[in-house]
Amino acid sequence: MLSLWLNVLASGILLGLVYGLVALGLTIIFGVMRVVNFAHGEMVVFGVYIGYWAVRLWDVPIIVAAAIAAVVMFIFGYFLETLIVKRFVNRPHHYQFIVFIGLSLLFSGALLVAFGPDPRPTASQLSFHTVSLGFVTLDLARLQAAATAGLLITLLGAYLKFSSFGRSLRAAADNRLGGLVVGLNIPRIYAVTFGIGAACAGVAGALISPLFDAQPYLAVDFTLLAFVTVIVGGLGSFSGALLGGLMIGVAEAIAALMFAPSMKTALPYALLILVLIFRPRGFFGAKEI
Amino acid sequence: MKRWLAGGSVLVVLALVGALASPYLISLLTIVLLFTFLGQSWNLMLGIGGQLSIGHALFVGLGAYSVALLDVKYGVSPWIGLLLGMVIAGSAGAVLAWLSFRFEVRGIYFALLTIAAAEFARIMFGGWEFVGAMQGLFFPAPTGAIDISMLRGDARFYYFIALALAALGIVGTEMISRSYFGYVWRAMRDDEQAARALGVRAFRHKILVIAISAATAAVGGGILALVQGSIFPDSIMGMGLSVDVLIGPVVGGLGTTFGPLVGSLAAIPLNHLMSALGDCLRIPGLNSIAYGVVLVLVVWFLPDGIWPAIVRLGKAVQLPSRLWLLQPRKAEE
Repeated sequence: MLSLWLNVLASGILLGLVYGLVALGLTIIFGVMRVVNFAHGEMVVFGVYIGYWAVRLWDVPIIVAAAIAAVVMFIFGYFLETLIVKRFVNRPHHYQFIVFIGLSLLFSGALLVAFGPDPRPTASQLSFHTVSLGFVTLDLARLQAAATAGLLITLLGAYLKFSSFGRSLRAAADNRLGGLVVGLNIPRIYAVTFGIGAACAGVAGALISPLFDAQPYLAVDFTLLAFVTVIVGGLGSFSGALLGGLMIGVAEAIAALMFAPSMKTALPYALLILVLIFRPRGFFGAKEI
Repeated sequence: MKRWLAGGSVLVVLALVGALASPYLISLLTIVLLFTFLGQSWNLMLGIGGQLSIGHALFVGLGAYSVALLDVKYGVSPWIGLLLGMVIAGSAGAVLAWLSFRFEVRGIYFALLTIAAAEFARIMFGGWEFVGAMQGLFFPAPTGAIDISMLRGDARFYYFIALALAALGIVGTEMISRSYFGYVWRAMRDDEQAARALGVRAFRHKILVIAISAATAAVGGGILALVQGSIFPDSIMGMGLSVDVLIGPVVGGLGTTFGPLVGSLAAIPLNHLMSALGDCLRIPGLNSIAYGVVLVLVVWFLPDGIWPAIVRLGKAVQLPSRLWLLQPRKAEE
């Protein structure tokens, strides 16, 4: 019994790290640009498809597929921002909501046209291997995804904290007007930010491609999941996204064990409602919005 | 006076359409009119109350389930179901508002709370056997005979009900907007602190506006359930429905009287057309792409919606002043 619980807990934590990476993308975009990316799930699904095709066409390891996804999705996010999103940055939230709903319909429609509605499982060798650590048995695909996600979160955190560009990005997030006054190139910072956010989603998608079948309809679930994660942690907070990811991952895993499978997806929302009511800005949320 | 005449003439035209149009057109327009009403309900919350809801499907769904459960399981008249739905959804809205404003949840966080509540309810209803779970609830097959006490009838009957509801929504919004409450709510929307300094009990008023909006959405949901003849948690409480509700007013023009009608008239037939085209060409994602592109383009090029653009166009080409319908209106300022 104990070993079952430990296993569930461990797999929840591992998936939670990946959720944390997805949420990090969303939170960086919100923190800097004050824009809520309602098409985030579609970007995760783009990553899942990149993982699927990279493995299928070139038979590369998932890590390489994740690197491809990072580059592709960064470029995608960068140009999406400069072409479309930047026109809506200063508009009220409900207009942004409509724009992003439009974009997400466009993206998922494009995926449907390109690849059809059928789920496509990624055939990775890793899925069949497990590692045993005392009580806990972990499958290698999940472990690798979590380790990569954890490493990336750390690297990104260090980059934002110590590099010169990271500093200007945080300055822009902190005070846009002040950033403009001291001569920051705000349009470029916004474009790069959106690129980083999209890349986080894409990498996470590629990493979980051995665990989830590639399918266009997955996107809505990922969008909502990313939201729940980010709000639990606090919109715009770096450590909040990570903590939220872990909490949601564990909550989902425990719910799957304790309740009916159909109820499993309800638990993150219940958690979210509780958090919003008792800690309205999440665990690490910004004061003003 | 002129605007009442304009509204009356629109009503007459729509009634004539209802008497003459083909069954397909009627069923399409019924949905358009129902979403006009739901759009008005949503507009009350954001356009006048200043609170963004992106989970309106919760209230729509509660209304739909109240009507369907009472009718299907106990044979109780939908009129009672509509009343019950208003009470339940209104209370749900009030509780949600009370909880969030008590703890100073506002702005985008309130919007996200509404969507979380809607998703939570959707999943719960999907796992609840008593309300039919994922299999949903089915009304008895229509006989075509018109029965006002049970709200049964043919497509034309529902069209006129939807028309009456949409007209009621437009007149009601206008009346609320000009009443004491309208002024208080708009003051609160524009500057809550100033309104409170003048003695407005903002907390109570915010709960009230959300409860009213939720209760009206439940009426729309109840009628929508009757029109569709069946309800499923994923369609009546899903995120898609929340989006459909707010597309009308946003595309048509926020805070305008005719905006939700014009927006629904533009968006819903477009969606139907595109999915028909997609089916015809055997490209399943086509309607999604077209709908998405149109949404982005409308918000991009017509920032305040289609209706104000029509009004501006009407002014630009100097139409004779007798076309009251195209006159700009100032009541909303």
